[in-house]
Amino acid sequence: MRARITTLSDAVAELVHDGDTVALEGFTHLIPMAAGREIIRQGRRGLTLVRMTPDIVYDQLIGAGCASKLIFSWGGNPGVGSLHRFRDAIENAWPGPLDVEEHSHAGMANRYAAAASGLPFAVLRGYSGTDLVEHTPSIKTITCPFTGEQLAAVSALDIDTTIIHAQQADRAGNVQLWGLIGIQKEAVLAARRSLITVEEVVDELQPQPGALVLPSWTVTAIAEVPGGAHPSYAHGYSERDNAYYRDWDAISRDRDRFGEWLRTDVLEAAAS
Amino acid sequence: MNDAVTSDETMIVSAARALRDGAVCFVGIGKPSTAANLALRTHAPNLVLIYESGTLGAKPDRLPLSIGDGVLADTADAVIGIPEVFNYWLQAGRVDVGFLGGAQLDRFANINTTVIGSYDDPTVRLPGAGGAPEIAASCGEVLIVMRQSRRSFVERVDFVTSFGFGRGAGERERLGLRGRGPVKVITDLGILEPDPETRELTLTAVHPGVSIEDVRDATGWPLRVHAELATTEPPSKHELGVLRELVATLQPASAQSIGSTA
Repeated sequence: MRARITTLSDAVAELVHDGDTVALEGFTHLIPMAAGREIIRQGRRGLTLVRMTPDIVYDQLIGAGCASKLIFSWGGNPGVGSLHRFRDAIENAWPGPLDVEEHSHAGMANRYAAAASGLPFAVLRGYSGTDLVEHTPSIKTITCPFTGEQLAAVSALDIDTTIIHAQQADRAGNVQLWGLIGIQKEAVLAARRSLITVEEVVDELQPQPGALVLPSWTVTAIAEVPGGAHPSYAHGYSERDNAYYRDWDAISRDRDRFGEWLRTDVLEAAAS
Repeated sequence: MNDAVTSDETMIVSAARALRDGAVCFVGIGKPSTAANLALRTHAPNLVLIYESGTLGAKPDRLPLSIGDGVLADTADAVIGIPEVFNYWLQAGRVDVGFLGGAQLDRFANINTTVIGSYDDPTVRLPGAGGAPEIAASCGEVLIVMRQSRRSFVERVDFVTSFGFGRGAGERERLGLRGRGPVKVITDLGILEPDPETRELTLTAVHPGVSIEDVRDATGWPLRVHAELATTEPPSKHELGVLRELVATLQPASAQSIGSTA
């Protein structure tokens, strides 16, 4: 079935439900920030959030009380420091307790790839000697049936909906993204449903060097959201807003200031 | 330009010098990226930079502000997806040297970037592992770059995020880790290296103007000092000039990031 082209608010209403496991991916580039704010606006609760680098997008969702669990591998504000809402949730259970399931990047990448491949787990050389093994039940040790070598096994991610941002879709719902392509393909193919926000819907995709194309029948819904990755960026369309990442440090550090941001920039702001 | 050399500058220059020309280097943002770009512009023009965001052979004309900076993709030989970065390149042993830092380091070069305090009820929740555990395991060798203090250089880390030498000699071999592990810890005070027999970190060089006592005061275990303690050659005018030019390519508000841990 081909992807439907719809609005962001309709797509989130249809594809993200309370209690779902949701992945908003994009490794430092093409982060679906507008979709994150729309999930907050629609008041989703009890989400299990999956993402290698929670970044500002999950700091916002966690601070807004949308999440009950986080599955991740690196939770910082890149180039700036801490994610304060993420820390407040784990250190002080504010605004509520947050369970964590914690991996390395290599482990998370392989968990996505396993799910995209329809396998129950992935195998890698990883985690040896680290304390992550004893705190993360989705890491086990496995013996290679051919060589007898001890390797790490990580369970496949089980994702209801993946949301990513891309540069372009055509009217038939085929999606093209380029620049740093991250984990986006695996994240979309790992999930039961997918939503892709795009900079623009075009008549015909113009091939780009190194581009990743997701055929229409691999995608559930598409919404045109220009600037939907801000303050991250869309290669060829926008630059990363480094000042916003620095400003977020002060906004997120204080619960009241964060609450003010939530009210003015999300809840009272029109859906973008 | 102020001619007085800062301790951070000496640290970055020392880290750059530890990179040999032609090596394939896995780089993170902050000091490692600054050091690798300095090496590329001084003694190591054939250094290959791999950033974990998926760029092979990036040659940025300015310091990137994040590992996702578009300048990395624009100047790379190839842009690849994340599973490839970790599986085909790092895990398969194609990376010669990896850079790591952390909130805590112990006497056997284990690194903690996960929690201060207990895991279930942490005093401080740190960012977590990122790419570090597999960089520590699979790179041919590891360079650690971090500022030295009693708070960060501890007898035993609260959480082993990245494995150095565990509790001593033979542990890496027992675990089947393929890389040699940490070969140098480069700090703002000097350089520590694992003892060839015991793997305990030992002071092998001090930076100009730094005493053994200064380093001991900033170390949370009884620090051993190598019999032939060296003094770091001060940064040359050329190294300093290139370093300061590089740092100036950062936007003004982040110009201090030469001294931050990103």
